[in-house]
Amino acid sequence: MSVQPTAQAELTAPLYNFAYLDEQTKRMIRRTILKAIAIPGYQVPFGSREMPVPYGWGTGGIQVTASIIGRSDVFKCIDQGADDTTNAVSIRRFFAKIAEVAVTESTAEATIIQTRHRIPEKDLQEGQVMVFQVPQPEPLRGLEPRETETRAMHAYEEYGLQYVSLYESVSAYRRIAATASYPVIVDERYLMSPSPIPKFDNPKLHMSPALMLFGAGREKRIYAVPPYTRVRSLDFEDYPFETQRWDDVCALCGAEESYLDEVVLDDQGNRMFVCSDSNHCGERRAEGHVGPMVDHALAGATS
Amino acid sequence: MAYVAVKGGEQAITNAHALLAEDRRGSRDVPEVGVDQIRAQLSLAVDRVMGEGSCYDRDLAALAIKQSRGDLPEAIFLLRAYRTTLPRFGFSDPIATEQMAVRRRVSAAFKDIPGGQVLGPTFDYTHRLLDFALAAEGGHLPEPAAMAEAPLADDLPTIASVFSHEDLLEHETPALDAAEPYDLTREPMQFPATRDQRLQALARGDEGFLLSLAYSSQRGWGSTHPLCGEIRLGDVSVEFTPPELGFPIELADLTVTECTMLSEFEGSMEHPPQYARGYGLTFGHCERKAMSMAIVDRALKAAENAVDQVHPVQDEEFVLYHSDNVEASGFVQHLKLPHYVDFQASLQFVRKLRREWAEARSAKEAAE
Repeated sequence: MSVQPTAQAELTAPLYNFAYLDEQTKRMIRRTILKAIAIPGYQVPFGSREMPVPYGWGTGGIQVTASIIGRSDVFKCIDQGADDTTNAVSIRRFFAKIAEVAVTESTAEATIIQTRHRIPEKDLQEGQVMVFQVPQPEPLRGLEPRETETRAMHAYEEYGLQYVSLYESVSAYRRIAATASYPVIVDERYLMSPSPIPKFDNPKLHMSPALMLFGAGREKRIYAVPPYTRVRSLDFEDYPFETQRWDDVCALCGAEESYLDEVVLDDQGNRMFVCSDSNHCGERRAEGHVGPMVDHALAGATS
Repeated sequence: MAYVAVKGGEQAITNAHALLAEDRRGSRDVPEVGVDQIRAQLSLAVDRVMGEGSCYDRDLAALAIKQSRGDLPEAIFLLRAYRTTLPRFGFSDPIATEQMAVRRRVSAAFKDIPGGQVLGPTFDYTHRLLDFALAAEGGHLPEPAAMAEAPLADDLPTIASVFSHEDLLEHETPALDAAEPYDLTREPMQFPATRDQRLQALARGDEGFLLSLAYSSQRGWGSTHPLCGEIRLGDVSVEFTPPELGFPIELADLTVTECTMLSEFEGSMEHPPQYARGYGLTFGHCERKAMSMAIVDRALKAAENAVDQVHPVQDEEFVLYHSDNVEASGFVQHLKLPHYVDFQASLQFVRKLRREWAEARSAKEAAE
């Protein structure tokens, strides 16, 4: 058990394996991913490793990315849809340092897109991989705290409890109340949490040409939606699934169809709405689209 | 814009790291604390970090404490994140605590036990009065402790062997047929948990969490009526049998704290009344943790003993899933990360509900 005295030996990137994880761990995670792809929507337990970032900050996504990334990949990382949020910057830096891969903010150029809470607005292509950071992989956890129970519920496809919960929200609010982490059925079999993306993004999972991988490090689960897989957001015939809409447009690029963030301008109740997807917004402005507040300081920052 | 600093994210992180390094160093008028000083003089902090960090290395633990500015869960996290990169080349043979070179050993169950009660280095009977002499510049060297006239016996019998001729103490659950012990650093938690898995989780578990759980059980939330059968502190050697050699070789010496808790078990159809035991083992000198672990281990036998699991401490999913402070700390603190996309979704929903509420109310008022 001899350990090199690290106080003297400086720990820098070359001392770590390519993409941080050792090859045995990568192989274990790749096998987990293959199983996840073979059983769409099923949560596969795996020997999640301790990572140099805290649990809850993307350890699952980072392990998935580290296991599939190669030298020719182009890596994009977003948090809340934006490339320039601090944790996205931190994770992008990690892979730039530890795997020396090319990084990008362009959705179209990226081969691997790691994300927290959003799916980019631009349509994904065949060959692209989305890696989702997942805090709680179990869609039923809020209804049943025990893992032993929820595993059995999935095994028996016993999702009555979930429908009762949706029904209760309809009776209380006259609509299905879930706004993010909106549960879906994958390939008409497994109930799955799409991770805390807003339900606005749920339709992008359905029949996507891209591979969707979901990594939950703390909960030690990986699951997947393979390309061209049916993904159905739960609803009722008389209360159909619907996505969010805004009365406003993006103040910078004028987009009417994108997910908008609310930016508080002062304490007088003034606010503006801007695209959550910073790359989408920047590209639209480069194409000449103009919003009502295009000269705002944020415009220079997100282009 | 603050922490989602637009395009400033990159620079903000760099600046934050620089500020952190400056705060860690503190006033430059004060000499820098050495890793050797931490290792030697904050040894109980080092012990806790090694235990919950699952890595027996005093130098690395001391370095982690220095780097974390004395924030022990942060130091534990640093050590874990280092440990995870190390290859696992095999499993050692079980350590033999009955052959421990004992420094401290007490039993609360008997006035005396074979080998004797050995108080050793303990805070237990100190008066907790601040010793202002320690604050004086230059300090003072303590008088050397007196040596015993005769050394302790090489082997001090454990509490289990004291009982063995009477069968009063339950036999430990025999190890399963598995070729290797469960390793939570390589496999996810599974339920029902095996004993080795449970003990590993408790050994890595947060001292404060286990302490409070053990305390809750003493106060009646799943009482185990524990009695400290034995607690011992000392050094054991670690042996490893390489398959190609076929005989054990000694790798290292470890300091460990071991605790056996006894509690009455009234018996069942299959088993006569006897004493059940709970087991605790930690790296270094961590009695509070070892005793808490033993009480919680005993309480978690509720399922095996077909006792109704009505209290938190008896519920293995509750205890094992929430005892790891690296997981808990990360997930609680991830709430600092931006959540504005989800919040926007929720905000929209609540505004819509408020609008409908106001409309319904004004319609009602108009009708009246």
